Amino acid sequence: MPDILQNNSVEKNDFGVYVHWPFCLSKCPYCDFNSHVRHQAIDETRFVKAFETELATTAARIGARTVSTIFFGGGTPSLMQPATVGTILDAIGKHWNVSPTVEVTLEANPTSVEATRFKGYRAAGVNRVSLGVQALNDAQLKSLGRMHTAQEALDAIAIARSAFDRYSFDLIYARPGQTEAEWREELARAISEAAEHLSLYQLTIEDGTPFAALHAAGKLAIPDPELARILYDVTQEVTAAHGLPSYEISNHARIGAESRHNLIYWRYHEYAGVGPGAHGRLLIDGTRHATSTERRPESWLMRVEAGGDGLVEDESLTREEMSDEFLLMGLRLAEGIDTARYAALSGRSLEGARIAALAGVGFVEETADGRLRVTRTGFPILDAVVADLAA
Amino acid sequence: MTTVPIDNIRNFSIVAHIDHGKSTLADRLIQITGGLQDREMVEQVLDSMDIERERGITIKAQTVRLNYHANDGKDYILNLMDTPGHVDFAYEVSRSLAACEGSLLVVDASQGVEAQTLANVYAALDSNHEVVPILNKVDLPAAEVAKVKQQIEDVIGLDASNAVEISAKTGLNVPAVLEAIVTRLPPPKGDRDAPLKALLVDSWYDVYLGVVVLVRIIDGVMKKNMRIRMMRTNATYDVDRVGFFTPKLTQAEELGPGEIGFLTGSIKEVADTRVGDTLTDDRKPTAEALPGFRPAIPVVFCGLFPVDANDFETLRAAMGKLRLNDASFSFEMETSAALGFGFRAGFLGLLHLEIIQERLEREFNLNLIATAPSVIYKMKLTNGKEIEIHNPVDMPDPVQIEEIQEPWIEATIMTPDEYLGSVLKLCQDRRGVQKELTYVGARAMVKYELPLNEVVFDFYDRLKSVSKGYASFDYHLTDFRVADLVKMQILVNADPVDALSMLVHRTRAEARGRAMVEKLKELIPPHMFQVPIQAAIGGKVIARETVRALRKDVTAKCYGGDISRKRKLLDKQKEGKKKMRQYGKVEIPQEAFIAALKVDV
Ligand SMILES: Nc1nc2c(ncn2[C@@H]2O[C@H](COP(=O)(O)OP(=O)(O)OP(=O)(O)O)[C@@H](O)[C@H]2O)c(=O)[nH]1
Ligand SMILES: C[S@@+](CC[C@H](N)C(=O)[O-])C[C@H]1O[C@@H](n2cnc3c(N)ncnc32)[C@H](O)[C@@H]1O
Ligand code: SF4
Ligand SMILES: [Mg+2]
Repeated sequence: MPDILQNNSVEKNDFGVYVHWPFCLSKCPYCDFNSHVRHQAIDETRFVKAFETELATTAARIGARTVSTIFFGGGTPSLMQPATVGTILDAIGKHWNVSPTVEVTLEANPTSVEATRFKGYRAAGVNRVSLGVQALNDAQLKSLGRMHTAQEALDAIAIARSAFDRYSFDLIYARPGQTEAEWREELARAISEAAEHLSLYQLTIEDGTPFAALHAAGKLAIPDPELARILYDVTQEVTAAHGLPSYEISNHARIGAESRHNLIYWRYHEYAGVGPGAHGRLLIDGTRHATSTERRPESWLMRVEAGGDGLVEDESLTREEMSDEFLLMGLRLAEGIDTARYAALSGRSLEGARIAALAGVGFVEETADGRLRVTRTGFPILDAVVADLAA
Repeated sequence: MTTVPIDNIRNFSIVAHIDHGKSTLADRLIQITGGLQDREMVEQVLDSMDIERERGITIKAQTVRLNYHANDGKDYILNLMDTPGHVDFAYEVSRSLAACEGSLLVVDASQGVEAQTLANVYAALDSNHEVVPILNKVDLPAAEVAKVKQQIEDVIGLDASNAVEISAKTGLNVPAVLEAIVTRLPPPKGDRDAPLKALLVDSWYDVYLGVVVLVRIIDGVMKKNMRIRMMRTNATYDVDRVGFFTPKLTQAEELGPGEIGFLTGSIKEVADTRVGDTLTDDRKPTAEALPGFRPAIPVVFCGLFPVDANDFETLRAAMGKLRLNDASFSFEMETSAALGFGFRAGFLGLLHLEIIQERLEREFNLNLIATAPSVIYKMKLTNGKEIEIHNPVDMPDPVQIEEIQEPWIEATIMTPDEYLGSVLKLCQDRRGVQKELTYVGARAMVKYELPLNEVVFDFYDRLKSVSKGYASFDYHLTDFRVADLVKMQILVNADPVDALSMLVHRTRAEARGRAMVEKLKELIPPHMFQVPIQAAIGGKVIARETVRALRKDVTAKCYGGDISRKRKLLDKQKEGKKKMRQYGKVEIPQEAFIAALKVDV
């Protein structure tokens, strides 16, 4: 088990900024992210102003920080002009101290058009891209409703490789009709294209999406839990064998190449979220606040223009809520959680009997230095493990 | 209130099979006589409990006084008693009948005579009632007035030539019902000058009024401030108020012979009142008490346990409160190895059980587990002792048992011809003995003797399903008979779940055991480990299934820092776990208990 606590420079007081760009060229049928399709041109300058405003408001509220990571997520942030990205980064730098080793990630869709902007993003300050490749087979890409071909995706990966020191890409597996053999082959291909990081997500049927309707109608034959389990196990085995072990349920990296931004979420550190439908966890006067903003882009704009921010939720979390969140996020990581920190957050320790019972069947293990982590056999049923621990 | 001569009083019950429209007819009668304004009306206004309104059934009989100016120019007082139709509440019907001289027999003209039509009309005739047949729902296209009249004559032996044909829903011809009440039902008899003699019909607890007692005055007069004596308990009370319901509570100076009304007074608890008791004037008591009627006896028992052990005290208080208004269920404390502290409760039937459980859960915000319903068994032991048990847990070691007797019933089932085969098979499968089979047109009427324990689980549901809802059913207890019963246990992950153990007939044990473990396999969610489920008699396993272990249960993507959504999901999971009962390491959802007991075998 790699000790990424030491090898990685994420400190206890890490602070990340998440910027949400809510637009896509089309809506993928499986996706329930806050993404919207607009047929008129988007007034980027107006949005940029609103981002600046919301950043200023957030900074005024929480005070001084050193930003260690910035993440442009979406939607499709690679639809933004590089200049827009630059202005937002400038605004962040204006309000907060930015670490010299800051990680700045931008999510990009691997179409040829978007790849042409990669150099511009780098010039603006982005130093890592994450590409939504999803599949390496045209027929499958089509059935996922993607706007790009496998070749375009591979080309985009190549451009990313030349433009950035760090890049990652996403694949969705356990897709309708996918067999173990097909996935092994696709995964091998993906690993050969990967550098230091890969995100491999099992397809989730999200409520309210076109896939959910198809699934309910019996028209989407996704793998049953048994096959899903096999595909998951295969993924663990193959990636580990190629030096890209999972450090989180669906994320794989060479040691030290983890997404530092996402680690902030999983380690339950502090982050600000700006843009429509962005979430934050802010430390204000010693309490942890859960924030989220208006999801509809135009309504968010109006809120920000009228009141300085788009907040629709701003609650200080109770001990139980904090400790649940900490558990939920932390146990997704291979490194697990620091049980002392759990006790500090919740005001009580995890139940020894529950841990012992789970350890007895091999789903969790405790380390000598007081960490609790889920095992290889525990990860595929993590949600049940967490529910058991949190109950 | 002007007093009306006794000849101008009519007391009547509305009786019928379930859903034939009693409460709807009561609505119309109340409306036409002006008891309630149109704006105050809701459908089945007398079904005042939430659970009655939701399920559309009457559980508790209700009494209303109507003032009616008849075609003969005279003013009448009509006391209407709306009764429940379901067999579990037959007791409510019998005590209403005892307070009246006549009955309206409502028959749904689209359905015809059903099992409870028979049971209730015979009860009315046994109480020497004049009975006016009413054909209801004639507005329905499926109504077959002539045929149903013929049925009433053939099956019941009642003259139906002047049955009143109405639609309680639309109000069609309902005024004719009022005239029939006045002209065809007899007035009560009674002597105003005799010492007070009144029948205690019902009593309940009202938060504002305290204990309210519903009485039918036979002789004499009941007034405010008088001291009354309850003849059976010999307790005396001062009367604070007398009056009646219109259905609004209305106070009166007195209640005279033939009248039905309420009193409140210095009575502390409903338990101090005995339904069927005779009330008299403490100073000038009547010589002879009324015969009264037998108390309702619980026939089905089960354990009720709070899912959350901390709720035990709440449950105790809640049971006490409900019992205030429903003396027909009984309870005593029980402890169970798996379920902790709870109560063993007795009910009039399965619907009654379900309703009490639901009321406890809803009105007192409790989550309960009901254990396998059981009937009363009589056991003769080898040491000569005789015991009665209604909890399989209490069953002595089989070697100490000489003989077990179980209760039997006589069931009357009416069904359209085409379902007769399935109905007979169902009864036969339940160890039934056919007594009678007759036809009324295309409807068959069968009488069966059946062991009660074969009926309490799901007989009614099954009957409805094999007959597409058309068969109807009524029963009464007859006797106890020797039976070859064994105790079957269900083991989940090798631990016996006492809530699911039961006494079953030896010949039926394997089929039931198999069906129960199969059902439990469906209902127990996959755990992190595999869970064996077994049915066993003594040490011998007779059926076995396994709930496979969870293979995959993890959220793949967790993105953009939206932790709140995940936390809410976790909260839901935690909430769900609260509805489960922990047995060793296994969580069994509450609904699994009932469903496992309702399996079809
Ligand atoms: N079409 C039609 N429907 C009616 C008529 N009378 C009653 N109903 C309907 O029949 C159903 C049962 O009516 P209720 O008055 O609740 O029957 P009930 O006999 O009091 O039922 P229980 O108290 O449960 O035995 C309701 O849906 C009524 O609306 C009628 O004359 N015509
Ligand atoms: C914000 S989204 C992607 C950003 C970008 N717009 C794209 O589609 O390439 C992040 C990743 O989540 C994954 N994802 C989205 N919906 C999913 C679903 N229903 N099941 C599994 N993974 C999903 C995809 O791999 C996607 O790349
Ligand atoms: S492009 Fe990405 S964010 Fe947009 S709809 Fe598709 S998956 Fe969702
Ligand atoms: Mg009714």
